[in-house]
Amino acid sequence: MTARLVFENMKHQPMRSLLSALLIGVPVTLILTLVGMSQGMLKDAADYFARKPHVRSAVGVLMQPVEGITMMVTGVDIPAYDAMTGGFRYVAGGDPKNPGDIVIDQYYAREKHAVVGGQITVLNRHWHVSGIIENGQMAHMVVNLSVLQDLLSATGDVNSIYLKLDNPAYIQEVKHALEADPKLKDWPIYSTEEMASMWNASNMPGLTPFIRVVEGLGVVIGFFVVCLSMYMAVLQRTREIGILKSLGASKTFILRIILLEAFGLGVGGSVAGILLSFGSYYLIGALVPASIQMKIVPQWWPIAGGITMIGAILGAMYPGLRAAAADPIEALAYE
Amino acid sequence: MSEGGIIEISDLHKTYRVGEVAIPALRGVDLTVQKGEFLSIVGPSGSGKSTLFHIIGGLAPPTSGKVVVGGQSLSALSDADRTRLRRTMVGFVFQKFNLLPNLTARDNIAVARFIAGQKGPVDSGFEEILRMLGIAGRLDHKPSELSGGEQQRIAIARAVVNRPAILLADEPTGNLDTENSQAVLELLRDLNRRLGQTVLMITHNPEAAAYGHHIVHMRDGRIIERS
Repeated sequence: MTARLVFENMKHQPMRSLLSALLIGVPVTLILTLVGMSQGMLKDAADYFARKPHVRSAVGVLMQPVEGITMMVTGVDIPAYDAMTGGFRYVAGGDPKNPGDIVIDQYYAREKHAVVGGQITVLNRHWHVSGIIENGQMAHMVVNLSVLQDLLSATGDVNSIYLKLDNPAYIQEVKHALEADPKLKDWPIYSTEEMASMWNASNMPGLTPFIRVVEGLGVVIGFFVVCLSMYMAVLQRTREIGILKSLGASKTFILRIILLEAFGLGVGGSVAGILLSFGSYYLIGALVPASIQMKIVPQWWPIAGGITMIGAILGAMYPGLRAAAADPIEALAYE
Repeated sequence: MSEGGIIEISDLHKTYRVGEVAIPALRGVDLTVQKGEFLSIVGPSGSGKSTLFHIIGGLAPPTSGKVVVGGQSLSALSDADRTRLRRTMVGFVFQKFNLLPNLTARDNIAVARFIAGQKGPVDSGFEEILRMLGIAGRLDHKPSELSGGEQQRIAIARAVVNRPAILLADEPTGNLDTENSQAVLELLRDLNRRLGQTVLMITHNPEAAAYGHHIVHMRDGRIIERS
């Protein structure tokens, strides 16, 4: 009977219930989007490193950040890179031939609406797009190494060197040997696995505390949204609560109804939030695919849902206790 | 005061406080109601009728005086005890019907049984009451789909489903037309005559008051006449 009463209450005000569930779902989407974005970076880098079979050559590259911490233009010695990897896989166009040529990946092309033969502006310079490569190959933007070195007044310099071994079984051995070389003591040496692991949320400087802050905000927002929603629900049902009290309903009974409704809204909100995170996944992929990659993170669904449920229950506690303690005569007189 | 009344009240005072101002609603009420009695209470607005009902029904505590309902002294009852009293001892019928709008008539009655801890189907006696009330065919409708008269009959059914010792009806015909008012009053009298239900009814209407065995007149928080 209690569940029926709660269900009928929620059904009686469908728009309020729907809006409440959506509002409660927003923090869920916030958490899932942020975690998905942090793990999206890992996915992108991991895809790249996973394709490296054996290391048997070295290629130095010069990377220059242009937007944020993940958007870089990379100067590459194209013939050396081709020899190491077999070359970029193009979906359109080809390698940069002229000093003003640039190669971009599909994410960046979609974000900037760029096409082969068109122009983009990077580092305050107009570039001619000579080719578009598949996603997940080293960088979002590639130019000839010498061109970038000239542009940055760094002739002959590189800031990263890729090594290709002929057998992955030697990775640790080679790594230890390089680390032991006194000339390389200031240069960190990473295996591909270590490099990939650096691109997760816990190793990204400032990202973990940022996510924690946003999660905290999600809980706080969810808490107050549920609290406000339940407070309004209780206010709207003041007379009904008075009726139930006149029938002899105990404080526990009234509190149970309010908390059950909060539970229902919390479950609805969690589902809505998960569905909305697919929306943000689609929007990020459509609008800013090169700047941000987002991943759907099902393993976070119960965590985000749990945070919301706790917020919903705690948020409903105050209006619930108020309703339980309401004076039945005043409640019955409420219009 | 005669012995054995189901309601025994003596020197009942009730004072409400609004900020620093004390507003006396009852100023020494003495009243005895016998089991099976149908008592009408009349009086102008502000005479204390509703306050008296609220105290007898356990919705509000008395400020002072003695109130015994069904052998229980209300003066000593806690909030939880008064809740229990409402669940088992009294049934309310209100002027505005006060049905739960989200539930069907059947569920409105079921809620009262559920709160009182009663399980299983209703007994044959209650089936008879439903027939008497003439609402058996309207139980699956929500209040918004029922006429005022039908809503009040559902409210009466809900009030008596747990077989309370006392039925408190506060202006039960106040929102009804003449025909429905008469039907509801007949029903209350039937419940009283056929089932021995004790009924206390507040009304402004002298014709409605005449349905009671006795009429109590109130003014300024006191009973001024019992006829």
